[in-house]
Amino acid sequence: MSDSVFPETPAVPAAPALAVRGLGKRFGEKIAVNGISLDVPAGSFYGLVGPNGAGKTTLLSMATGLLRPEHGQVWVHGTDVWAEPLKVKRLMGVLPDGVRLFDRLTGEQLVTYSGLLRGMDRGTVAERVRDLLEAMDLTNDAGTLVVDYSAGMTKKIALASALIHAPRLLVLDEPFEAVDPVSAANIRDILSGYVGSGGTVIVSSHVMDLVQRMCDHVAVVAGGNLLAAGTVDEVRGGETLEERFVQLVGGRTHSEGLPWLRTS
Amino acid sequence: MVIGALYGLGMLGLLFAGLFFLSFNDPELARTATVLAGSAAVLGWALIPVLATGVDLTLDPARFVTFAVPLPKLLAGLGLGGLIGIPGAVTLLAALGSAAVWWRSPAALAAGVVSALVAVFTCVIAARVTVAASTSLASSRRFKDISGLAAIIPLMLLGPIIAGISSGISSAQGYLPSLARTLSWTPLGAAWAVPGDVALDQPGAAAAKLGIAVVFLALLVWVWKVLLVRALITPAHNAGARRKGGKLGFFGLFPPTPTGAVAARALTYWIRDPRYGASLLIIPLMLVLLVFLGTQDGMGPSLILYAGPLLGFLLGYGISADVSYDNTAFALHVGTGVSGTADRAGRVIGCAVFALPVTVLAAVLPCVLLGETDLIPVLLGVSLAVLLGGLGLSSVVSARYTYNVPLPGENAFKTPPGSGGRTALVQGLGMLAQVVIVLPVLVLAVTALVSENPLWDWLTLAGGVLLGAGLLVAGIRIGGRWLDRRAPEMLAAVSVHK
Repeated sequence: MSDSVFPETPAVPAAPALAVRGLGKRFGEKIAVNGISLDVPAGSFYGLVGPNGAGKTTLLSMATGLLRPEHGQVWVHGTDVWAEPLKVKRLMGVLPDGVRLFDRLTGEQLVTYSGLLRGMDRGTVAERVRDLLEAMDLTNDAGTLVVDYSAGMTKKIALASALIHAPRLLVLDEPFEAVDPVSAANIRDILSGYVGSGGTVIVSSHVMDLVQRMCDHVAVVAGGNLLAAGTVDEVRGGETLEERFVQLVGGRTHSEGLPWLRTS
Repeated sequence: MVIGALYGLGMLGLLFAGLFFLSFNDPELARTATVLAGSAAVLGWALIPVLATGVDLTLDPARFVTFAVPLPKLLAGLGLGGLIGIPGAVTLLAALGSAAVWWRSPAALAAGVVSALVAVFTCVIAARVTVAASTSLASSRRFKDISGLAAIIPLMLLGPIIAGISSGISSAQGYLPSLARTLSWTPLGAAWAVPGDVALDQPGAAAAKLGIAVVFLALLVWVWKVLLVRALITPAHNAGARRKGGKLGFFGLFPPTPTGAVAARALTYWIRDPRYGASLLIIPLMLVLLVFLGTQDGMGPSLILYAGPLLGFLLGYGISADVSYDNTAFALHVGTGVSGTADRAGRVIGCAVFALPVTVLAAVLPCVLLGETDLIPVLLGVSLAVLLGGLGLSSVVSARYTYNVPLPGENAFKTPPGSGGRTALVQGLGMLAQVVIVLPVLVLAVTALVSENPLWDWLTLAGGVLLGAGLLVAGIRIGGRWLDRRAPEMLAAVSVHK
């Protein structure tokens, strides 16, 4: 090989953190995700926005190995998710939306459990659990059963479970739902720091304001189709993300509203 | 609902027949009977709604918090609402029927109708009071967990209890009239005794008892009003005490590996999740039943010798719905990429930690107690084969089949809607398979029992342990491989029912 007349092949460009090609899924007659292709560059803070029922959760479930796609392929840092699931899952931290937790464990036990499931050693797990509970402001509720947590606390403990193995890619489905503003700000700081150190974050949300402030890239999904994708500035093109989103997705009603709903 | 109505009508028919018979009898006896039955009815109304967590909460005061209904209207509406529905209608008709027992004495009949109405409202309001009083209590998760389980105990033991009561009644018939006399002076039985007292020409006692009944009813209404007002201005809330961490429980005891972690989690759930607790509750109840049946004719105490194989059978099958019980929490196992083998082995270990000693004890202790120590090897062999083989089989079944089970946090004895046939099929076939796979050991056991040669006893023990262990390892391997391939499909299957 060394005596090849051709110059050495240039280094392969860094694989995107997440590459999705032609991903599709039907539930019965309804097409939930209609052949979406998407690249999430490594080191980006990527927002996935769309109205309710747009297929965000289905897309993210397929991308993270939780739901087998009917069509298409997914790579995480160059590794095929559905061909080598165990290898990929080590690289990835996932916060799924709408799934239960093992909520008869205490918060501390749940985070410990997800660390030990990943084969981490006890000392590291204990140390990180302590740090994570601190960061999520859950130290004083660490011994409470998760079933007795509020919605926001439950979200935070699930997020802690997704972070414990220091993944290279974080996929968070609706991470800020029901989370109080102070905790949300703390979590945003943690995530920004993580992206700054080279990690990649994908968050889904329908709070446009949040995505515009927090993310550097954004993709708009509606009705199972990808409507726009790119850097936040590219996608919004001078308008606010919310205005652009409403234009893309449509569906604003321009009637008089509810005429009887007047106080005077 | 239809079945309930038929059942209620049937009971009512029986009751009326009994009352008709009573009306031609000694008034003393009629009074004793109505007071006892009536007191039981009041007590039932007061206690059953609290214990049965599956009760209809349509009229739960917490539901009325956001509506501006004036309090007197709400009280009247909820009170009358209690009469609607099968229990209310049956009680009302039965109470009026009990008044009709006194048709031979017009004065007693009139008194009977009035006191029957008082008694019925006492029933209904008593139920409302206990429900209102326990609403804040019942909204706490711990109470729900425990009361749901506790309610099943009397049901399971219905046979022994009825046997005990009927033998108690036949031996203590002279005691009942005096019990009725005592009850008739308490709020429980006072109203029911009024017509009898009138018929027996004791107007003083009748007036006093009617007074007791009315005052008690008024007191109940007042307490109910106070509770309702409080319930309406303090909506249900969950104020759990905050607890700091530091206690890892079983997670600190099991080795820090994926398998150990799954085992720790499984064992924690056996203790903390009432759906698993329900299976655990079966163990002592079944032992009691075996002992009880042993005291009945034609069975003999040797029945308890079956405790070991029976417990092994039940506990071995206990983890066959594990993934269904996880429901979508199973996503954590899929998302972390824990290997199927670790998942299977962990769940088996979590169960075996207590199931193994319990089964061994249940096989050995009865033999020792009954002085049949020579049966120990055979029974132990069969018990272990059934338990270990069952755990192996469950590991395979729960890696492939899910069915609808009560959701996390639901009453452990709730029958979830849908796929009843499928559930029965999977469970039935699974249990059948559990017998089939240990057939060689059963053959050895029968041979050992028939033959005189003790060699067969020890062969049964050795065969049981070896076969059980073999099936267990094979089950974990096969189940693990299936799970590795199909974990996302399993997650999708349990997501349908969430």
